Amino acid sequence: MEENYIKHRYAPILPKKDEWPVVKLARERKEFVKKVADLAEGRILGLTGKNPDILKEELETTLYREKLRVKQNPWDVDPDDESHFWGEVKSSLLQINTDTALTKAKRLEAYQEVLQRITSRYAEEIASNFKASHYKFTRSVVTYGFARLLNAARVKGFKSIFSNQYTLQDKIQITGQTDQIRDLATKGTIVMVPTHFSNLDSILIGWIISVLGMPPFIYGAGLNLFNISIFAYFMNALGAYKVDRRKKNMMYLETLKTYSKEAIQFGCHSLFFPGGTRSRSGMIESKLKLGLLSTAIEAQRANYQQGITDISGKIFIVPVTINYHFVLEAPGLIQDYLSITGQERYYKENDEFSTSYKISKFLVKFFTKGSDISVSIGRAMDVMGNFVDQEGNSLDKWGRLINTRDYFVSDGKVTVDQQREEEYTHMLGKRIVEEFHKINRVFSSHLVAFVAFELIKAKNKKLDLFDLIRLPEEDIFLPYEEFKSACQLVLDRIFELKAQGKIDIAPHMKRDMDAIIAHGLDNVGMYHAKRPLIKDKQENIVTEDMSLLYFYHNRLHGYGLEKLF
Amino acid sequence: MDMASRNSSKPKLIGVVGVGSFGTAIANMLAEKNEVMVYARKQEVVEEINSNHTASGKSLNPAIRATFSPEEISASCNVLFFMIPSAAFVEVAQTFAPFLHPYHLVIHGTKGLALNLPKGESLDEVKKLHRSQILTMSEVILQETVAVRVGCLAGPNISKELSQGQPAATVIASKYNEVILEGQRLLRSERFQVYGNSDIIGVELSGVLKNIIAIAAGALAGLGLGENAKGLLISRGMVEMVHLSKALGGSVQSVIGLAGIGDLVTTCNSVDSRNFTVGYRLAKGESLDQILDSMEEVAEGVNTIRIIDAFIKTVGIRAPITENLHRVLFEDLSIEEALQFLMKYPFSVDVDFV
Repeated sequence: MEENYIKHRYAPILPKKDEWPVVKLARERKEFVKKVADLAEGRILGLTGKNPDILKEELETTLYREKLRVKQNPWDVDPDDESHFWGEVKSSLLQINTDTALTKAKRLEAYQEVLQRITSRYAEEIASNFKASHYKFTRSVVTYGFARLLNAARVKGFKSIFSNQYTLQDKIQITGQTDQIRDLATKGTIVMVPTHFSNLDSILIGWIISVLGMPPFIYGAGLNLFNISIFAYFMNALGAYKVDRRKKNMMYLETLKTYSKEAIQFGCHSLFFPGGTRSRSGMIESKLKLGLLSTAIEAQRANYQQGITDISGKIFIVPVTINYHFVLEAPGLIQDYLSITGQERYYKENDEFSTSYKISKFLVKFFTKGSDISVSIGRAMDVMGNFVDQEGNSLDKWGRLINTRDYFVSDGKVTVDQQREEEYTHMLGKRIVEEFHKINRVFSSHLVAFVAFELIKAKNKKLDLFDLIRLPEEDIFLPYEEFKSACQLVLDRIFELKAQGKIDIAPHMKRDMDAIIAHGLDNVGMYHAKRPLIKDKQENIVTEDMSLLYFYHNRLHGYGLEKLF
Repeated sequence: MDMASRNSSKPKLIGVVGVGSFGTAIANMLAEKNEVMVYARKQEVVEEINSNHTASGKSLNPAIRATFSPEEISASCNVLFFMIPSAAFVEVAQTFAPFLHPYHLVIHGTKGLALNLPKGESLDEVKKLHRSQILTMSEVILQETVAVRVGCLAGPNISKELSQGQPAATVIASKYNEVILEGQRLLRSERFQVYGNSDIIGVELSGVLKNIIAIAAGALAGLGLGENAKGLLISRGMVEMVHLSKALGGSVQSVIGLAGIGDLVTTCNSVDSRNFTVGYRLAKGESLDQILDSMEEVAEGVNTIRIIDAFIKTVGIRAPITENLHRVLFEDLSIEEALQFLMKYPFSVDVDFV
């Protein structure tokens, strides 16, 4: 190996399960859910200005949308009593609306009671069902089972590119600030924010966290993943709480945010995929969903409000990038992306990860063939995007110690200012995107896909993206020498960027160009039925699927490398 | 590190950094309702203020204390008004950076631009100038210090009139409501109205770009032209400001507001304005060097024209007034020729941005 990957199992930072924040939270689940429901109720009341008419309107909007959802888009995971519950809400609202004898205060009280039922239901639904025994079991299944799979495959003679040892850590390399995150996890609360390209990410990150010896993180997983019972088991075991993307009503979103904020304040390390969903385009997320991110800032401010100014109340944001040669869902994702950007048309979230069969097929492929994954852990930041030192103190750009609490202070006191915190959330989002680009690791497959697509684009200057993607694949070929020199041009620039700390590079990129290209062609989207890039018999570089090529090309979007063409 | 106790120890003052004519006027206005501390770089100016209550001859409210220590003023104040010329802004921001904390609110009143170039490079060496290489003053503060709650002050605010207590208004722009409210609380009086705007970049650019048009207005006056010509210039000037502001990230609305059109009309009619004077004296036949040598305070418009001219050439947009002023100032075109050129320029549409 050209570079040291972290390849040993770290000792657990908290050996006793009972000390894990997530275990404590599970123990107090009932009280916690109640607290979240009550606080969410309070927030929503605040947002409606305690005006019964506005509250009524919000309740009716929620009711309308929920009834529509139950009718039009039911999922297996939905509880049986859903239409019954919303039916009751409907009749309660009707009763209050028609009761003319009620005073304004009484009406508010009555609506508030309905609101409380809704937030309680939502809080209960969102809350995770973490069980430590399941966690232990799952962890051993993942590591042991996968390792068996790997070794079994090896015996059959499949040859992996890098490794002679058959553990999961040969497949999945962890690089970056691993010691820092372990250290800070014992002192404060971590919020990990990874890039998101595949549904596999959740399990992958769960495994990484356990390899690093950290207690499980809680995270919001799409409720659709709970449709599949085996996934549901894994998710629960990993401390997942449920995020239902069908529910976009204000009451649900407020309850969700309250849950996240309270869990962080409770000391649970958390994981957000800040892009919201998987990156459809294959680009590194540039616009982040700020909803959950704002809860990290809120939780930090709330800790300061409660006078917790030492590191135990400090929240650390740790960006993580996951780098793949291959994304199972790429064909579906890029089709979604093209149809969304191509024309405004109704689009339904599709779910290629929907059956256990497909997942197992993928896992078998993944472990028996090549294709490595690397996970880069970024430097920890405070909630304002300042880097922190070993003790978790925030540093400004010049290394001067600053106090994060000061960001929330007006006139010497910590104050609540929602508008201010919205701006802070934007700033944090921008910082995370910046860090993503810095710690992103370039693989050979990213390079070849990027260069091939840009060359094809340069040869067809008049065509826009959509026409470009519709070009007949059989008409496209790139002479190898031309392709190679373009690869060299881009790689040189990437090394320059690397020297400036603006990007990272996988060790296999230090070989000679022919080897890099061969490695890239072997790996780019290697399990797709139609390969994004191959070499034909005449030694030309050709593609079998332009949209997939575009998808893998996008990984290097955002570095200004396009200007080289 | 114990900010908590330090913050609550004693009531804070309001800080004003820079005691030029605008800084002095604002300090006096702030001193009507608050205890004010001002910062000046030169020790003799500080002594003049503390003993005579004047700054370079301009009278200052006797309650105002002066210091030349950035540390002292930063520690004594939660709110700081930066009232310094753009040429010194980066340096002052760097001087203050070690003493500023994230709890500071910083509001500036500087109508100029700075460059974000690698060390040792200047506009003469770099041929191209992209948006990322141009900084408004709020962007300088964000880049150089840890202060994030930043605002700007812009509008038709001629220092002399403010000092006389004549009625006027200004705009405080910030992404943070908190900063706008605080600015209003501190400055609003029976004679001074304070508007808020969340488009800080647009408001800053309005104040910056109007200086270009002010130089042109001075030139017209110097040529002895009348009110028709001035009306023409102000209207064309506004269109140019809108396009430039949009290209640099501001909104149309802000240009049409008090900090844009409001300030533009005032400056184009004000013989006291430095930018106006530059144009006027150019038209009377003086050279740029002669004019700049004899001026006490800087005319921001001259530097702005250089920066904007480089920017429009880089991104390939047209701004005829700016381009022609650049040729007059730096390329030896005569004012008369520039005017001829502008009169022939094919402005076919009256208003094309709404």
